[in-house]
Amino acid sequence: MLSETILEMKDISKSFPGVKALDSVDFKLRKGEIHALMGENGAGKSTLIKVITGVYEKDAGLITLQGEPIHFKAPEEAQNKGIGTVYQEIMLCPNLTVAENMFIGRSHSPVVNWKQMNEKAGQLLDSLGIPASPVQELTSCSLAVQQMIAIARAVDMECKILILDEPTSSLDEDEVHKLFKLMRELKARGVGIIFITHFLEQVFEISDRITVLRNGKLVGEYETTSLSQIELISKMLGNVLEDITKIKKHEPIVSDTSIPVFEGIGLSSAAGVRPFNFVVQRGEVNGFAGLLGSGRSESARAIFAADKVTGGEVRMKGKRVKIKTPLQAMKQGIGYLPEDRKGDGIVDDLSVRDNIILTLQVLKGFFKPFSLKQAQTFAEEYIKKLNIKTPSPNTPIKSLSGGNQQKVILARWLLTNPEFLILDEPTRGIDVGTKVEIQKLVIKLANQGMSLTFISSEIDEMIRTCSRLIVMKDREIVGELKGTELTETDVMNVIAQGGKNICTN
Amino acid sequence: MASVNVFKPKARLSNSNILFLIAAVIFVVMYLFAIISFPNSFLQFQTFFDLFNLNAPLIIMTLGLCIVMIGGGIDISIGAVCGLVTMACAVFLESKMGSVWGAVLVALGIGIAFGILQGYLIAYLEIQPFIITLSGLFLAQGLLTTLHKDPINVTMPAFVGLRDFDIVIAWLGTKNRLGVFIPSEIKLGTVIVVVLLVILASLMKWSRFGRNVYAVGGNSHSAMMLGINVKRTIFITYVVSGLTAGIAGFVYIMTTGAGNVGNAAGAEMKAIASAIIGGTLLNGGVGNLLGAPIGTLTLLVINELIRAAGVQSNFQAMVSGLLLYFFIVLQSVIMSLRDRRRFSIALPPWLRLSGKEQTGDQREP
Repeated sequence: MLSETILEMKDISKSFPGVKALDSVDFKLRKGEIHALMGENGAGKSTLIKVITGVYEKDAGLITLQGEPIHFKAPEEAQNKGIGTVYQEIMLCPNLTVAENMFIGRSHSPVVNWKQMNEKAGQLLDSLGIPASPVQELTSCSLAVQQMIAIARAVDMECKILILDEPTSSLDEDEVHKLFKLMRELKARGVGIIFITHFLEQVFEISDRITVLRNGKLVGEYETTSLSQIELISKMLGNVLEDITKIKKHEPIVSDTSIPVFEGIGLSSAAGVRPFNFVVQRGEVNGFAGLLGSGRSESARAIFAADKVTGGEVRMKGKRVKIKTPLQAMKQGIGYLPEDRKGDGIVDDLSVRDNIILTLQVLKGFFKPFSLKQAQTFAEEYIKKLNIKTPSPNTPIKSLSGGNQQKVILARWLLTNPEFLILDEPTRGIDVGTKVEIQKLVIKLANQGMSLTFISSEIDEMIRTCSRLIVMKDREIVGELKGTELTETDVMNVIAQGGKNICTN
Repeated sequence: MASVNVFKPKARLSNSNILFLIAAVIFVVMYLFAIISFPNSFLQFQTFFDLFNLNAPLIIMTLGLCIVMIGGGIDISIGAVCGLVTMACAVFLESKMGSVWGAVLVALGIGIAFGILQGYLIAYLEIQPFIITLSGLFLAQGLLTTLHKDPINVTMPAFVGLRDFDIVIAWLGTKNRLGVFIPSEIKLGTVIVVVLLVILASLMKWSRFGRNVYAVGGNSHSAMMLGINVKRTIFITYVVSGLTAGIAGFVYIMTTGAGNVGNAAGAEMKAIASAIIGGTLLNGGVGNLLGAPIGTLTLLVINELIRAAGVQSNFQAMVSGLLLYFFIVLQSVIMSLRDRRRFSIALPPWLRLSGKEQTGDQREP
């Protein structure tokens, strides 16, 4: 039986400065199907979604909704046409009540009828089994509940199309099943659902079709039943898989008597990580694994004191030191490449050269500036070493591509010659070639005796580079894996089991 | 049987309401303190009414400013716009074609014009509100001195009648030292304050626009994603604030009867202080319009208290500055304690609005 197509996208292209995010991509959604949109980080999934909902304007291509060409300029237009979207980040207002968050921006009546709104919200929350009261302020709900409220909002909009952009990343297993039940019910009602997730099992459990994107290009559309997990992964990764498997892991230079480079005991920070112990050996590559929001970045930030440190003590090479600010951490030889490259890392308008010497300059003190010649030498050395593609060291960093920006920040830290370098999501949103380059570089640095902590949301990437993984869940360390235990399934198991322990507590 | 996740949401006071509650408590405490310290003046009803009679323009400005601040913005042009309006009205009233209704239109027109100009620049061109309204402040000041430099005493009979008009409350009053009963008097400005307060507070609580302002102030990106026209919402907040500044200007000249270069100078700072004491956060998204008059009155009672105590005027400013520090610190301490969940005020059952709020309890098997 041929089912009716509700949304069709043809030859969609979208560029951002330095990146071609979508390159003539086709996409087709049928009535009453769950269609998974797959791809690595930076493959263009979120961009595609934002083009549909009118957050971004497409550069080229045609979108038709039930045969009718559409061109949304704002999310509210898409919403009015029956396209409901739930984003990975919760797009709700924390200062409003639960009921208001479900209905605001949708009513055309100039007056708010609180009683009616609370009643309707209460019924909807009950019918979906969401544990929240309509009159609660949203801030007082947990993240998972907030996410479900966002879904409830989208569901109630009598939508024809429901877009779920990684809705499960903050939900536990039970909540995921509730969500799936809801999705099946909506499917039966004829709603077309676009589902984006990183969890392969979930895709095979719920979806009817899969569209795979890679580097902004369409790889293909497949029936879920005709595809195996391995095939899907290889389609997502492409021929890179082979290149990556060539990366040789490095085992740390450890003997029983060697003193760890870094030793943290009972560290905790204002960002909400539970007190944890963490030891780094010389020449070791380790990593924090865990799902989004598990506290992996927060732990790294606690080590570098990027968030306010609230407890614990730190030893560097056996000596107790005080690290309360990032500057103190830097002076102890710790480097931290932040997750948010745009916000915490690069200084947009400064040149590549100035961005490279920034940290070293800070360490040296602002009143003893480097000579231009010296700075130029440093910059040229690292541009060559890391193969940074820039017209000249004088080019403003903002005109570089994401991958090259990332290399500049990496160069900035390498210039300070840290003993312990933390890389938080260094491969996010950059092209696959650079990803491999960065992973190779990590191994090379470890071989030279540097200790590194590598954090990535792609577990396979970490398994390839790290010799030891610390697994986190709910802002707590739930396990440690090394050697032969380092497989994706093991990591998943530890996360799953770690969760159960917490539930029974 | 009970499921594993028994969830029981508590009806918790919202941040807007708790800050309002703090403001109200502070005001009551200050006023009681004033009554105890200076019973002969503060026990008179007229003293309380005079707080409104003489300061109606400030309260009106604070109302508009609160709306802008809840939307996440700031408007520091309001004092200068108010001053400009007083002078423009004075010049107009003394001219040949002067009429009271014409003056009202002049006041509203100037206020709305500033609101539209600034709102457009801030909302649609996305320029920092501080800079834009600072420019507006200079522009209004410049226009004021260009219009007329010397004080103008309005002598137009119809206007003088309006200026001297009092509403006498015969049953509320105090006996003076000679034992003669003097009834309380309310000025028209006070009536305007009450009317505006009711209209604007209802607007913020029960209108789509009002709730959109809260959403935009809470998180403008989310608000956009939720389908709210963020730019238009921000634009309207500045128009409302311009409008209230215009009304405040008219009420000002209705109280003093004269146009003067120094009218309402620096009032924007008092309005910001009043709004903050009244529980509106500078970050946006949190605030209650009923807090605006409470905040203004608290500020005024403090000033009156210090003056009644016979402290020199330079100390007055210092003491009110220090007290402002104290309130802000108190507010932020309470807010941060609340975030850590060590401190929370659950509503007593008799204060809850309706049975609907107990949905959580009903869910219990």
